[in-house]
Amino acid sequence: MGSRAVGSDLTTTDVAGLSRLLTAGEVSAVEVATAHLDRIAAEDGALGAYLHVERDSALAAAAAVDAARAAGDELGPLAGVPVALKDLVVTEGVPTTSGSKILEGWRPPYSATIATRLAEAGTVLLGKTNMDEFAMGSSTENSAYQVTRNPWDRDRIPGGSSGGSSAAVAGHLAPWSIGTDTGGSIRQPAAVTGLVGHKPTYGSVSRYGLIAFSSSLDQAGPMARTVLDAAVMHEVIGGHDPRDSTSIDSPLTGLAAAARAGAAGDLRGLRVGVVRELGGDGHTEGYEDGVLARTREAVELLASLGAEVVEVSCPSFDLALPAYYLIAPSEASSNLSRYEGVRFGLRVGDDGSHDLDEVMALTREQGFGPEVKRRIILGTYALSSGLYDAYYAQAQKVRTLIARDFTAAFTGVDVLVSPTTPTVAFPIGSRVEDPIAMYAADLCTLPASLAGLPAISVPSGLSEGLPVGFQVMAPALADDRCYRVAAALEAAQDAARGHRLLDELPGGRA
Amino acid sequence: MSSISRDDVAHLARLARLAVTDEELDRFAGQLDQVLAAVARVGDAAVADVPPMTHAVPLTNVLRADVVAPSLSRDVVLAGAPAAEDDRFRVPRILGDAE
Repeated sequence: MGSRAVGSDLTTTDVAGLSRLLTAGEVSAVEVATAHLDRIAAEDGALGAYLHVERDSALAAAAAVDAARAAGDELGPLAGVPVALKDLVVTEGVPTTSGSKILEGWRPPYSATIATRLAEAGTVLLGKTNMDEFAMGSSTENSAYQVTRNPWDRDRIPGGSSGGSSAAVAGHLAPWSIGTDTGGSIRQPAAVTGLVGHKPTYGSVSRYGLIAFSSSLDQAGPMARTVLDAAVMHEVIGGHDPRDSTSIDSPLTGLAAAARAGAAGDLRGLRVGVVRELGGDGHTEGYEDGVLARTREAVELLASLGAEVVEVSCPSFDLALPAYYLIAPSEASSNLSRYEGVRFGLRVGDDGSHDLDEVMALTREQGFGPEVKRRIILGTYALSSGLYDAYYAQAQKVRTLIARDFTAAFTGVDVLVSPTTPTVAFPIGSRVEDPIAMYAADLCTLPASLAGLPAISVPSGLSEGLPVGFQVMAPALADDRCYRVAAALEAAQDAARGHRLLDELPGGRA
Repeated sequence: MSSISRDDVAHLARLARLAVTDEELDRFAGQLDQVLAAVARVGDAAVADVPPMTHAVPLTNVLRADVVAPSLSRDVVLAGAPAAEDDRFRVPRILGDAE
């Protein structure tokens, strides 16, 4: 095998394929890591997906996998598979910034549970990916460090807040990555880059070591090129963790099996509800025609595979966006109070002329970007005495209404579907000064976030040459249904198309 | 529902320990007023008898045995601090000259 040919093939091979090659000894972990690191060196200057690349330690970890395999050690199926982590996943000794200047240069003294579980599975950390500062945004333009570009069109956003992760995987700079989702930050970037992204049931993946944004909503999950790869990663990172008090103490299995079952293409007996309030009749304002067309086609495809399709109304979903933009900033204003310039991170103004309060205010003023400041101020407002009942408490009650709509809907159907986001990737710079327009990108993803339910985004095709995402939502702990339905859709589309959607990426197989 | 003024933003920024600039006050006041107008719709919901949902998971009071477990060493923790002295976090003075 010529190393050049191997290199380009290895970066376009999915995780299932890499796992087979590594297990069979047809390629070494060092070859796989090198192929990705070389492609990062060549391409990431233009893409801006990574904030930090761990070249030396990645090669050392890969060499250790190869040595263990040569010595006859029993290795797991993912040993030697590279991975990228969103930069809010705390990694011991490896820079972790959450996209913020306030954590510039910080090297954490411990690792997140999900980072530890991925390492224990033998995966090789390539680096940390760019993101909107503290995960606040839908375009990754709120990163304090750099702009990240969409591999499908480099003048457009890769989604957010996990936009470095989406650009890395769609741009073949990592076979898969970890994203986190508070209001749609896994699903929306996956949708606009042609990837699969799953937000797990709240509590099914540990939050220990994830830099907090909105603690009652934050959840980490997989971003991958195939539904099966996403399910495999979910099984690695998921399951009970005593270090997260909101972690659900029940086993998490059957996700990869559900993806394999779905790919067989038989959905007879499955009841699918199309949510009217998310792009249906009377609710199409702000949705692009191409997105609605791909969504209709995906629904028809599910029906052709035997699913029974009905329209479902969830009237409270109309209030998801206002409720979210009160709850998330409120929790953020509290969570981000820990950045006070004393225990870690940036300190500004400590020159003897300022007291502690002033140093805190100067540190936070310089360390936080505009969207973070806006949300801290909004959250401080929504939590202030006299306004608490009208805003925060009211939003928490609306959350109950949304959860009840889901419960009612799931008495008649097994899954709910919708577009993932109302538009294809928008041009860089087009929404930066208009928070309301930016927030609209989360319209379809917010209901499942507020209710804590699992939801996946799977590609449904292209509109004007750009990827469109299809969302599948399921009851709590029924993540397997998301994988089953998404895999059925993926397999049927790939078969009809004759290739994977990502194969149409401009220059993707260069 | 109320709107948010430039003075409100200045007060909230002070409460949140953000030394915002005049230019930011102007910009944020306008933007936050827009956001507030957009989220005020939650007030339209009929929720008089609806309990608030604070969490997606019905878990309360998760306890563990009260035994000492390994934790990070003092040196490791202080290594990440912006300033340390005598094995402690060093902070700027907390009282002004007049106090």
